[in-house]
Amino acid sequence: MDIRAQVSSVFHLDKCIGCHTCSIACKNLWTDRKGAEYMWWNNVETKPGTGYPTRWEDQEQYRGGWEKAEAVLKLKLGGRGGLLGKIFYNPALPGMDDYYEPFTYKYGDLISSPAGNDQPTARPVSMVTGKPMKIEAGPNWDDDLSGSNVYAANDPGVVKLSDEEQQQMFAIEKMVMFYLPRICNHCLNAGCVASCPSGAIYKRGEDGIVLINQDKCRGWRMCVSACPYKKTYYGWTTGKSEKCILCYPRQEAGEAPACFHSCVGRIRYLGVLLYDADRIEEVALNEDRDLAAAQRDIILDPFDPQVQADARRAGIPEQVLQAARQSPVYKFVKQWGVALPLHPEFRTLPMLFYVPPMLPVISRENQGRQQLADEFFTTLEKARLPIRYLAGLFAGGNEEEVKAVYRRLIAVRMQRRSVSVGDLDAAEVAKAAELAGLTTEQIDALYRMTALTRIKERIVVPPMLREQAIEAGMDPEEYKQGMGFGSRKAPKRRW
Amino acid sequence: MSWIKDIVDPKSRAWEEFYRNRNQCDKVVRSTHGVNCTGGCSWNVHVKDGIVGWELQATDYPELEEGLPPYEPRGCQRGISFSWYLYSPLRIKYPYLRGVLTDLWRAARAKHDDPVAAWASIVENEASRKSYQQARGKGGFRRSSWDEVEEIIAASTVYTIKKYGADRLVGFSPIPAMSMLSFAGGARFMQLLGGVNLSFYDWYCDLPNASPEIWGEQTDVSESADWYNSKYIAIMGSNVNMTRTPDAHFLGEARHNGSKVTVLSPDFSMTSKHADWWIPSHAGQDGAFWMAVNHVILSEFHHKAQTPYFMDYLKRYSDTPFLVKLEERDGVYHAGRMLAADALKGYRDEEHAAFKYLVWDEKAAAPRMPLGTLGFRWQEKKGEWNLQMKDGRDGSDIAPALSLLAAKDDELQVAFDDFGAASSVRRGVPVRYIETTGGRVAVTTVYDLLMAQFGVNRGLAGDYPTDYDAENSPYTPAWQEKFTGIDRANVVQFAREWASTAEKTEGKCSIIIGAGVNHWYHANLLYRAGIVSLMLCGCVGKNGGGLNHYVGQEKLAPVAPWATIMGALDWSKPPRFQNAPSYHYVHSDQWRYERAADEARIQPVAEHNAITAGHTMDHQVRAVRNGWLPFYPQFDRNPSEAVKQAEAAGAASNQEIVDWTVKQLAEKKMKFAVEDPDAPENWPRLWIIWRGNALMSSAKGHEYFLKHYLGTHTNTVAPETAEGSVKEVKWHPQAPEGKLDLVVDINFRMDTSALYSDIVLPTATWYEKDDLNSTDMHSFIHPLQAAVPPCWESKSDWDIFKGLAKKVSELAETHLPEPVRDIVAVPLQHDTPAEMAQPEIRDWSKGECEPIPGKTMPALVVVERDYRNLYNRFISLGPGARGGIGAHGLSWSIEDYYDEMAQGPDTVEWGGKKYPSLVDARDAAEIILKLAPETNGEMACRAFAAEEKKVGLPLVDLAEPTRGVRTTFADLDRQPRRLLTSPIWSGLSNDGRAYAAYCLNVERLVPWRTLTGRQHFYLDHPGYIAAGENLPTYKPKADPSSLQDLVVTPGDSRSIMLNYLTPHGKWGIHSTYGDNHRMLTLSRGCHPFWINDQDAAEIGVVDNDWVEVCNDHGVVVTRAVVSARLPRGICILYHSPERTVGVPKSPSRGNRRAGGHNSLTRIRLKPNLMLGGYGQFTYGWNYWGPTGANRDTFIRVRRLDGEPQW
Repeated sequence: MDIRAQVSSVFHLDKCIGCHTCSIACKNLWTDRKGAEYMWWNNVETKPGTGYPTRWEDQEQYRGGWEKAEAVLKLKLGGRGGLLGKIFYNPALPGMDDYYEPFTYKYGDLISSPAGNDQPTARPVSMVTGKPMKIEAGPNWDDDLSGSNVYAANDPGVVKLSDEEQQQMFAIEKMVMFYLPRICNHCLNAGCVASCPSGAIYKRGEDGIVLINQDKCRGWRMCVSACPYKKTYYGWTTGKSEKCILCYPRQEAGEAPACFHSCVGRIRYLGVLLYDADRIEEVALNEDRDLAAAQRDIILDPFDPQVQADARRAGIPEQVLQAARQSPVYKFVKQWGVALPLHPEFRTLPMLFYVPPMLPVISRENQGRQQLADEFFTTLEKARLPIRYLAGLFAGGNEEEVKAVYRRLIAVRMQRRSVSVGDLDAAEVAKAAELAGLTTEQIDALYRMTALTRIKERIVVPPMLREQAIEAGMDPEEYKQGMGFGSRKAPKRRW
Repeated sequence: MSWIKDIVDPKSRAWEEFYRNRNQCDKVVRSTHGVNCTGGCSWNVHVKDGIVGWELQATDYPELEEGLPPYEPRGCQRGISFSWYLYSPLRIKYPYLRGVLTDLWRAARAKHDDPVAAWASIVENEASRKSYQQARGKGGFRRSSWDEVEEIIAASTVYTIKKYGADRLVGFSPIPAMSMLSFAGGARFMQLLGGVNLSFYDWYCDLPNASPEIWGEQTDVSESADWYNSKYIAIMGSNVNMTRTPDAHFLGEARHNGSKVTVLSPDFSMTSKHADWWIPSHAGQDGAFWMAVNHVILSEFHHKAQTPYFMDYLKRYSDTPFLVKLEERDGVYHAGRMLAADALKGYRDEEHAAFKYLVWDEKAAAPRMPLGTLGFRWQEKKGEWNLQMKDGRDGSDIAPALSLLAAKDDELQVAFDDFGAASSVRRGVPVRYIETTGGRVAVTTVYDLLMAQFGVNRGLAGDYPTDYDAENSPYTPAWQEKFTGIDRANVVQFAREWASTAEKTEGKCSIIIGAGVNHWYHANLLYRAGIVSLMLCGCVGKNGGGLNHYVGQEKLAPVAPWATIMGALDWSKPPRFQNAPSYHYVHSDQWRYERAADEARIQPVAEHNAITAGHTMDHQVRAVRNGWLPFYPQFDRNPSEAVKQAEAAGAASNQEIVDWTVKQLAEKKMKFAVEDPDAPENWPRLWIIWRGNALMSSAKGHEYFLKHYLGTHTNTVAPETAEGSVKEVKWHPQAPEGKLDLVVDINFRMDTSALYSDIVLPTATWYEKDDLNSTDMHSFIHPLQAAVPPCWESKSDWDIFKGLAKKVSELAETHLPEPVRDIVAVPLQHDTPAEMAQPEIRDWSKGECEPIPGKTMPALVVVERDYRNLYNRFISLGPGARGGIGAHGLSWSIEDYYDEMAQGPDTVEWGGKKYPSLVDARDAAEIILKLAPETNGEMACRAFAAEEKKVGLPLVDLAEPTRGVRTTFADLDRQPRRLLTSPIWSGLSNDGRAYAAYCLNVERLVPWRTLTGRQHFYLDHPGYIAAGENLPTYKPKADPSSLQDLVVTPGDSRSIMLNYLTPHGKWGIHSTYGDNHRMLTLSRGCHPFWINDQDAAEIGVVDNDWVEVCNDHGVVVTRAVVSARLPRGICILYHSPERTVGVPKSPSRGNRRAGGHNSLTRIRLKPNLMLGGYGQFTYGWNYWGPTGANRDTFIRVRRLDGEPQW
């Protein structure tokens, strides 16, 4: 038993409105710099769609994450030895075309153009070369683009569906889309950490946040390849890679990460999970379809006195244990079982979980007229997106995992309808709860957490105990007296 | 796992300060964005090293009542990108002046010491005037100084006032609520001059005319938190998730609370994702869907089961029990006017008996006269204007009959128009015969007419459908299929779920509706069809119920004191406020491109008669002459010149000046300017634009603006077709180009309007000035604050206008040293007794009645302007405020407050008197907060006391608990403050209750401001009867063949014709944000053209191809997005791109720069929305009038040949 604390997240996709406020909060704060223009540590994708970088989910192309070789786990990119051989040539590395060439416009021409015989306009120019360019890609190129035979049709998840299922998704009767916001998953079994030849990437012991040491990074970019989520980025001016830092400076000040804070759909939840680090490899070696359940299993019950005792022994502070008990993530993932990891088959054990979206009922065409399924609420059976597609995203193909979530979400709606309107058959409501495997109290708690929570209940940042962290290296009083003095300097480059 | 590091080596983690440093900042300042998004979000602006670094949402909103989700965080992707603008290359840092004009001006000033003479020398020389007009929009800006540009603007102002009249000066700034003081500064300046301020809510097509039609209210809706209370939500024409970003969570959360969500939308929209039912009804056909829903509701929940809650609600709160006369014409009966008390012997002597309407009393078996109708509102005796079902004569209780079915004398066949089939049906209606002073008349109830109109078969004879499957019988579920494409079974199920939810919850069904519906030509009918379903099920005035129309940030909460300051009413009234749709339709000459015959096809009517016939321009002229709509310039001469002429003719008093003017008009010696708008003396001359993009994003018919207003290049090729079909207006064979002498734009970014203006003034951004902001989406009021001082040479709008006022006052020393008398023409006004002016339509200019100002024609008022003291007046709250402030026909005294302020520390002194100071916007903000019932509990009590007197029922108790509240600007900085319950608004928000419109009316029996004081199903205006819109109805979508969009634009196999839709989009708020780097990066680097995949395949267009989108009005060149998310036959270009960023040239229009979305639109005014002078159909600025509808537009799109040219 090796108990550790991990700051983890839940994104409630049913609530996501695809607004990208999160992306810009992050961009403003962290990647609004030369060399970082193309980086979107937080991005939002329309599903079905190809995403950013394009078709990132296709590990046959990008070779990210882990694979099971017999009973051993190895990086899909190759072992350490193999990695070194790729330092100077790595065919799986995404290029600029896979992301996009960042562009801007010659805005100044609007003010400074001399008098002419036509209206001036600000032409698009490359932020890399400064020259006029054709814009053919972007970090959000297929936004809202369901029904696209270029993008949605090439979604790696869609490609795996049957022809019939695929065809359906491009007819108006079945048309559908939803949003998938993505940040670094701060994985338990992070591919980026394992792949770094410089040892520059580490997980912070106190909170599990994965960081790339900007002093140590030497820009080998193995992490870029090894991360199956493509959430490390190479900075082309500094020659170093960067990634989402889960806003540790904000968390250290007791604030929500910027993308969580700014989430106007109120879909983001954050909190501490306790887990047994000794079991990581064993969990990651499960069959695809069992991975979601296995990952749930590694998470420990913060209310269990034995777990608490073990955690204290492992040096986890009391305040963090307290935060773990208030963690909404624990409730969503473990207690209510409605949040699933994204692509668990990549085997990095991502610590960001998703509540899948409920989508409108299907319709069919009847002599030129649209006829909608006559269910009162959207249902499991009549939803517009094949369960198989969602299972491919969130459950290693295990449809039962996704169905179980839906049964719970539907049970919540039925119970609330019953309480607030009273026009549903009581037996049906009870049956839905039973199918969901939730008590009335659990349903009520799930409803409250989904609908009514305030920011401090959604985002439970654990006390970061900075004074103790600093004390390990210097006297906190001395630190206080001297902090902030000095000139700004860029991280050192090694060569 | 060796790679998990514990904190053992702090040195190896010392680098972590790299990111910590970035996050640290020096201060955080609360502000918001003044951008007409309705968000009204509280933001924390982070300042580091004196530079704005970034913004994040405030999350400290006070909580509402238990059980409602909190508001935090509010703020979207656009708002959070705002800081980009401050230091961007798009920022306007200095005053700019077009080079051609700079040279002309400097040369003229070298010759003329007097700036006014210098200006005259430029504009009176046709060649020099043309030279700078033709340079508009074509580069060549030069940096100028504040002193120079202020002098030019002031010189042009004074020149125009003297030469043409102050009503040739025009100002446009939209949506005051988004930054109230910035709006007010400019409006105050214009009104002190005697200039014109244009409306915006109707022009933007945000005004839902059905709201004044039904409720006598511009708009009142619930705050977004109240969606959560709704148990059945129907969304149409509103893409909540895309355009109500900060509020969308309430919708998602309501779902989890057991609410059903249905979305009517032709495309799979962002909001459809949140739907249980996405109903893909055909674009613009929502009305047909709701007409059929109403058929089912009436059939099952009113006729078969007489749902007690619904029946009771209708009797109390709607016009359904009121009696309507049936009029026989050619052997057929038609629904006519309401029966009023003046027709009955027993009631005819009542004051205003002609405006006290009657119901049928079941018990007395006689017509009775309930309280609360229009006559009670304006009668001498106060306290009888309420919704008690009591007889106004003796106070006895009335038991109104909804239907006369059980008490009928007879059954008559009444004709009902079926516009969908261009025919009419005859349906039996139960009637009573009543002896009136004019003989025996047949009457029925509004309810019975509704039953017949909707085709509910109650066993009466006539063309009633036998069942829901009667496809050719309006308005059955089967009937609507051909319009909507939605199966009849779904309509029936929807109606049942809707009505039964409303029955169980007592009205918790709501419609969220927006521009997607409101921008159609027949939007008033589409809205009414939906509202009918709400009223039939008792859903209006209920938390969780009602029509939630969100288009434009129309709710300026502290409106009473603000309006006084904004309109300079503290110094003189009336103001010159004009409805912009009419203004631009006339002055930008768009009327010249219409044919009466086509307009008649777009607007089918019940009767072709003098009311409905003729060109829209003729309707417009009549509306002005009859006092229905304002119009400026007023007359064919300078209004102060007119006063002088009257004086020369012997008029001494103001009354005599008015009398002289009336006589001149009656004898046609003086003409209204609208009768000859192309004559040079009637052109607008100086236009100041601020806080808006008047030449692009709101300029429906943008290319006509360029041509006729600016006189620069245009891409329109449309033929002029009005000659011969206009009768009331003078036709000039050659349309004028370049009417405007000077166009001034106040801006922080170089948008299209700035690019095309003569002078661009740099304004402070929303993070650089103090101001106030409110919205209808939530119930808080927010400050804008200067996180950093105005950057470079920018100034706040308030200070810019203050500077202009000073310069005008300086020039007035020489040019206008004495006070000037000015005669102001204003239309008949809503919320005044003028609502009783014209129950019949009579045209004095045709000799049908006497010309009587304020009764049969516009009111005429002589006012005095003091140009020398313009600046002093600008910075002082004038004595006119002391007598009282108010709104919506309600006012109360503030004398003690005024006197106290005039003695206090913040005063200005001139002419030997002290006044409360308006020197800074912050001063004005403090005064507004001090005087508004929404922010001062004492004022709320006073306002309710005044309302109590009128209504005669207790109301002050609503404000008593918060009497001690006094909100200051500093309070708003500390934490968002919730608005107090106020009689200026109709919701009740005490104790954290969510604001929902009309709860005050329903719970406290305060009448709606309508004819009957109730909600109107029936509109008995003679113009509505003639148009066939007296009952809720369906009119078909305009056919492209009558729209004159594609008369000369060639069609070929490489192009396809599509219905052109411009809904609000994801990456901008109107044109703001859509040109910034953040939004463009996330949206393909352009504002793309969305097209269905099969339509695209037909013309060989693949995703991201460049396309050329044309019609006669203009051209757009952009890239295509191809998606089956859109159905065939429509296309979307989201509102509103600039033509300034990444727009290539158009090969098919002479290789000139292509335009923006409004290059393809043109205004079409709906004539019956011009009616006035009767009940709720009486003019109010931004309340009533035709709207700038733009959905009924068609284009042809083709692949752009070759590479785009720049």
